[in-house]
Amino acid sequence: MELGPIWLTAKLAGVTTLVLLALGTPLAWWLAHTRAAIKPAIEALTALPLVLPPTVLGFYLLILLHPGSVIGSLWVQATGDSLTFSFSGLVIASVVYSLPFMVQPLQTAFAAVGRAPLEAAASLRASPLDAFATVAVPLAARGFLTACVLTFAHTVGEFGVVLMVGGNIPDETRVVSIAIYEHVETLRYADAHVLSAGLLAFSFVVLLVVYSINRRFPVHAV
Amino acid sequence: MPSETLELDVTARLGAFDLKAALTLPMDGITAVFGPSGGGKTTLLRMIAGFETARGRIALRGEQWLDSTRRVDLPPHRRSVGCVFQDARLFGHLTVRGNLLYAARRARDGGASFDEVVAAVDLASLLSRRVAELSGGERQRVALARSLLTHASLLLLDEPMSALDTERKADILSYLEALSVPMLYVSHAVDEVALLAERTLVLADGRVRAFGATREILERLDIQSITGRFEAGTLVRARVVEHDSGYQLTILEVGGQRIVMPMSTRLAAGDFARVRVRARDVALATTRPQDLSIRNVLSGTLIDLVREADSPFAEALVEVGDQHLQARITRASADELGLSVGQNLYALVKSATFDQ
Repeated sequence: MELGPIWLTAKLAGVTTLVLLALGTPLAWWLAHTRAAIKPAIEALTALPLVLPPTVLGFYLLILLHPGSVIGSLWVQATGDSLTFSFSGLVIASVVYSLPFMVQPLQTAFAAVGRAPLEAAASLRASPLDAFATVAVPLAARGFLTACVLTFAHTVGEFGVVLMVGGNIPDETRVVSIAIYEHVETLRYADAHVLSAGLLAFSFVVLLVVYSINRRFPVHAV
Repeated sequence: MPSETLELDVTARLGAFDLKAALTLPMDGITAVFGPSGGGKTTLLRMIAGFETARGRIALRGEQWLDSTRRVDLPPHRRSVGCVFQDARLFGHLTVRGNLLYAARRARDGGASFDEVVAAVDLASLLSRRVAELSGGERQRVALARSLLTHASLLLLDEPMSALDTERKADILSYLEALSVPMLYVSHAVDEVALLAERTLVLADGRVRAFGATREILERLDIQSITGRFEAGTLVRARVVEHDSGYQLTILEVGGQRIVMPMSTRLAAGDFARVRVRARDVALATTRPQDLSIRNVLSGTLIDLVREADSPFAEALVEVGDQHLQARITRASADELGLSVGQNLYALVKSATFDQ
């Protein structure tokens, strides 16, 4: 059993989920409450990774991040490392790739909470930030859980973008899905079976958890 | 020295509806905001609380909350108002105690303590309940208690009693009356307004139609298309003379004359009670009638009579001593009896129709 790709996959999914939690929460909040005319455009942009082939995303990310590009060269100057074919580059790619899986459940959850409890909190002298932390977040807790679990699982299941941006470098970019691909290419079916079955079981358990949460805690109208 | 008033001079536009209100509200006691639904009652409260974008000026005791010319617009959490929303808006992730503590932890200093408020609104047995387990009436009581715990300078109540039963309502109303916090109280129930509020503001179609002492507002015949003809009537101040426990009646004195009502043990002899008499429960006679089941016959003077052209009805205002009664009779009987202002007549009041 190879632990390297499994550990790397878990690390990538974990870091991606944390970064997206920080970036996706304000974006989802804004989308849930704004009346700005630009909202549909931002929503469409956010949903793009759902429909684009991973190769398209991967291709553009490669163009954007390679050491000759603006971002890529700045990164090289700052860290001495290349963004492409590195773990850091994979995190950026995964953040883009999994964005809708964080933003959409959160946006739905925030919209379901609505303005009413926030107005109630304001009338009890809670500042907007206070009301967000003490009212909106707890009321949207299931949305947060769903968003994090889906983001984590979706990042684990990533293949095309990783292959294009990260390649296949052991302990750097060689995640489980890449390892399986390599095993199949080199006809090591037994190894491919172990990792594939593991991923299958993991994905099933994750989805089972998500659906159980949604079932066990039905939303109470308040 | 800032004046003890809430000054309002505001306009707001919400789609096709616009609201314009300019008035100065004394900051004591209860002011009822009354009018048909869609008339702007809730919008007015939301503007004061800061939830609705408005232009103009709002100042409480000289503190500027809104001043469009100086670009002042205090956010809701910095305006010292407590709100009770029509739909309670309790926090579903907290227990009753959690909801109350949420307010208490952020409250200004002074004012009623947690235990006092819990006792007054009778919530002790509900404290550990989850919000989802509460009935509609219980939710309203928790919401009311929660807003009282903020120790706000002004309470905005949007039909806070709509889900409560009559008995509970009476308890909470008497508690609200005893509080020294000024309140704006939205209601479409004239009875609540009449018994509770010193002043009444009548709003219809986004405009202030009347503002003044509740008794005067309820007696004004010209705005009764708004206050509702069916519910029209007057407030009468009565002194309790005695209780007749045999017949279960309370004997009252109104304008120097006696009337009876179903016994109310909440009142003691010598107390003054506010009694609401609906115009539809008052009949008129030009001579003292005999052999009637109606016990209350009051002699008085007709001081106003409004015949409504497109309706079968006429509204009459009768002075009884220093009190006024309104009678809703048909235009036909007004003509047949030859009623004219200044004439002496008798007002017949069914004893079973008093509200309190």
